[in-house]
Amino acid sequence: MIAAALPITTLLSFGDSGYGDELAWAALRTIEISVFGYGFGIALGLGGALGKIAGPLWLKRVLGIYTTLFRALPELILIMLLYYAGTDGLNRLLSGVGLGPFQLNGLIASIFVLAIVQGAYATEVLRAAISAVPIGQLEAASAMGMSAALRFRRITVPAMLPLALPGLANLWLNITKDSALVSIVGYTELALATQQAAGVSKQYFVIYLVAQGIYLSISLTSVWLFGRLEKNLRRGQSLARAAA
Amino acid sequence: MRWDWVPDYAAALAHGLFITLLVLVVSVFLGFALAVMLALAQVRGGMISSFISKCFCNYIRGTPLLMQLYLLYYGVGSLFPLIPGVREHLQWLVRLDAIYYVLMAFTLSFAGYEGEIMRGAFLAVPRGELEAGEAIGMSGWQILRRIWLPSALYKVLPTLAGEVIGQLKSTPLAFTVPVMDLMGAAHKVMQDKYLIYEPLLLVACIYLVLTWAITSGFSLIERQIPSRRSV
Repeated sequence: MIAAALPITTLLSFGDSGYGDELAWAALRTIEISVFGYGFGIALGLGGALGKIAGPLWLKRVLGIYTTLFRALPELILIMLLYYAGTDGLNRLLSGVGLGPFQLNGLIASIFVLAIVQGAYATEVLRAAISAVPIGQLEAASAMGMSAALRFRRITVPAMLPLALPGLANLWLNITKDSALVSIVGYTELALATQQAAGVSKQYFVIYLVAQGIYLSISLTSVWLFGRLEKNLRRGQSLARAAA
Repeated sequence: MRWDWVPDYAAALAHGLFITLLVLVVSVFLGFALAVMLALAQVRGGMISSFISKCFCNYIRGTPLLMQLYLLYYGVGSLFPLIPGVREHLQWLVRLDAIYYVLMAFTLSFAGYEGEIMRGAFLAVPRGELEAGEAIGMSGWQILRRIWLPSALYKVLPTLAGEVIGQLKSTPLAFTVPVMDLMGAAHKVMQDKYLIYEPLLLVACIYLVLTWAITSGFSLIERQIPSRRSV
């Protein structure tokens, strides 16, 4: 049972007969959940890193369990657990305050799930980078009379960013790929849209190949952008390679 | 929380665990062998083989494993019947079980990630060691087998543990192309018993134990390696 093969130009055209527009929109949604998941994940990671470095003992313990557990478990299982637990928990909360059950927006649920998984990895990357800032620089800032907040903003962040950037770049590449996993809980991003387009058109090979091309171009563009960003953040630093 | 289903599904879960471990072990071993070839192609190969190897590694590392699996299972799988003669004479190819596609996809994926790491490890072996091998008259194959590969292996061992754990963490993807691995068995429980958390939590615990086992296994191996370490 082979469906009449559409020429590739028709298959990928925008409009009713092709899947070009569906895939393009889905690719934007993949980027959307990745960007927001990444942003919130890093915010969570920054909080987690500061908590691990300077927090009270109970917070350090809680964060230790969070990062160990969430980095040891398969992303797929975490995403399924968090997706169901998140939607369930919110519904119970809402019915508790007298509002009826509520269908959680797939976009928000996906971002929430990706951010929590990402936060565990980001905590470790940022903790390592912050701990690597030479203590003398922080002491110098304190000696100049900077407050803790000012010291963090002016000294810690600019000094740790170049150290954290390679790790953060890796996390970004991971989240763009992990975002495909939310297709399993039913949010229509690129992976699920691809499955649907392939299933309807029966052109499995071509459609999957095109989708992979989109993922690959997201990755390659990101690698290039992070390379430029790193160069920018490292300006003024002397490099071992340049000295040799 | 309801756990009364566990005895009924114990056999399915055990078989699922076996499939998960099978996928892990086969893909790690075959993938590693392929990774060595990919790395050698980049380090010692000609322009064309090095370019192909580089493209392959970038493709694997730049796209989600889920999509690679779908491309193989649905995409390539749908091409087989179109090849003249396959339908009549090679029925097994058309009806190839999903597990083979999973093994293939996971092997290629591991090879892509590990190939990049092995490339760095091969390059990090001091040139003098290889020259010493040449000086006492070893052939290229002997140098590779006795000096270059073992030396590179020692260097990647700490990262290899992380890569194997990463591979373990990808194995639940197998259930998306119907393969009854550990996750597949849990998914069956979810559907049969209308449960969500219990099967997922049970599988999560099993994965934690497996991660712990791999970590301790690798640290045992690492301790066997004779080397001078500062830490």
